[in-house]
Amino acid sequence: MLRDITLGQYYQADSVIHRLDPRVKLAATVLFIVSLFIVDNFIGYIIAAVFLACMVKISDVPFRYMVKGMKSIVFLLVIAVIFNLFLTPGEAVLSFWKLTITKEGIRIAVMMAIRLVFLIIGSSLMTLTTTPNNLTDGMEKMMSPLKIFHVPVHEVAMMMSIALRFIPILLEETDKIMKAQIARGADFESGNLIKKAKAMVPLLVPLFISAFRRANDLAMAMEARCYRGGEHRTKMKPLVYHRRDRIGYVVIFAYLAACVYFGRILNLSFLNI
Amino acid sequence: MAIILDHVSHIYEEGTSMETAALKDVSLVIPDGQFIGLIGHTGSGKSTLVQHLNALMKPTSGNIYYNGEDIHEDGFDKKKLRSKVGLVFQYPEHQLFEIDVFKDVCFGPKNMGLEEKEAELRAYAALKQVGLADEYFYQSPFDLSGGQKRRVAIAGVLAMKPEVLILDEPTAGLDPRGRDEILDQIALLRQEAGITVVLVSHSMEDVAKYVDRIIVMNQGSVMYDDEPRKIFRHYKELEEVGLAAPQVTYIMQELRGCGLDVNTDAITVEEARDGILEALAAKGRGIRKA
Repeated sequence: MLRDITLGQYYQADSVIHRLDPRVKLAATVLFIVSLFIVDNFIGYIIAAVFLACMVKISDVPFRYMVKGMKSIVFLLVIAVIFNLFLTPGEAVLSFWKLTITKEGIRIAVMMAIRLVFLIIGSSLMTLTTTPNNLTDGMEKMMSPLKIFHVPVHEVAMMMSIALRFIPILLEETDKIMKAQIARGADFESGNLIKKAKAMVPLLVPLFISAFRRANDLAMAMEARCYRGGEHRTKMKPLVYHRRDRIGYVVIFAYLAACVYFGRILNLSFLNI
Repeated sequence: MAIILDHVSHIYEEGTSMETAALKDVSLVIPDGQFIGLIGHTGSGKSTLVQHLNALMKPTSGNIYYNGEDIHEDGFDKKKLRSKVGLVFQYPEHQLFEIDVFKDVCFGPKNMGLEEKEAELRAYAALKQVGLADEYFYQSPFDLSGGQKRRVAIAGVLAMKPEVLILDEPTAGLDPRGRDEILDQIALLRQEAGITVVLVSHSMEDVAKYVDRIIVMNQGSVMYDDEPRKIFRHYKELEEVGLAAPQVTYIMQELRGCGLDVNTDAITVEEARDGILEALAAKGRGIRKA
């Protein structure tokens, strides 16, 4: 019943995108998000859409997986669109009661919706094609210059990877305890808010106990293997750039340049869009 | 009055690259009062199967009937079904949460809507059935030893007075003594209360002595379904799927291989001893005659 949660979910496949170095994917995601906010006209969004569609196609991840992640932002999306639609001052197109829809409002609302949707698809494409461990490895490597400023980069990355690693374990545990209590007649669904909150006790108490037990076991196991932080630590599989990664960088920067040129610099005002 | 599984299949993550069939076209009848051992290697689908029996999981295809009623039909009272088909999960001690043992065991009967008094009576009876001494009743369940916690958790299900009791690896992680005690108590309970028991395990050794019938699962399908003695005759095939017959089966097979005419169907050490003595006596007579 908890299998529907897609947070940080990885979709197993063997595509070029999956094999890319996590650093490329992280950089590409950041640049893609930046491009969405640089772009100022619809030509730019068409470029972004085509680029994103190609990436999704190459990644071998079914499109409905991307849409799944969208469910969580539907509410945010609707609010953003409505506010922009009605509260932007400008040339009125339609007005009824006290509400006025302006030409500028429509433009901004549509842009906002496109930005949000593309942003979610773009970032879920990264998490769907990169294992959590790879992702934290990439982050650690990218943030390593910060070590000069005494930022505990390795420790932060380690904490992140442990936290990510524990999400599925704790979800599974929750599912198991929930089932065990349902088997004893517990009811997590009906009743008012207070009753529902009370019904959570038989779930939360064992879950907390098990989380602490696991954390304790893990700490013990790490210490037994002489873990002592990032100093002089080497990796079994260090991240190395391959040819495909360099091509990846070229592609993303080419895309960014195209976005800047067509979406910002090129004057398309004569097209009136 | 039985549980019937009719062509039940269950597929996890259907339609994705992680798609796995946990159950493939399983058809079974579990009649009243039988003591069944459900055996299979890790990942053979036995835990998935038992979760279908009390409607915790819904089959992807196929139907399950309890006393003639389809348990996934609209309007079927699943809560009532779960009190009739009691399921004790693997490591059930991880589900304990109350401040004392007694209250925890009361959780099930109270959820059934029973009165305080009745729930307490049942909890007391259940704790006695699993053989927990009175002195532990008002202690925190977290202060007990592993074996005691497990008894409390089993009592928590027994207190609902189920007609069918399913135990998923009830002896996992217990020492040999704890294991024997729990299994003996389950066997006793079944005799006294006349309930149906399904014992899930990966060890033939554990269940051989107790059960009337063994169902062997392999990769989501039923591989064998028969009396223990008949199952163990397939000891070579069982080994191929990562299971093993009881030790005595191997000894008896070896002895027969060496030319001693023993009955290879023995499943307990006592039976094996008697069988060997008999065979030796017969052989002795034979030699003397010749």
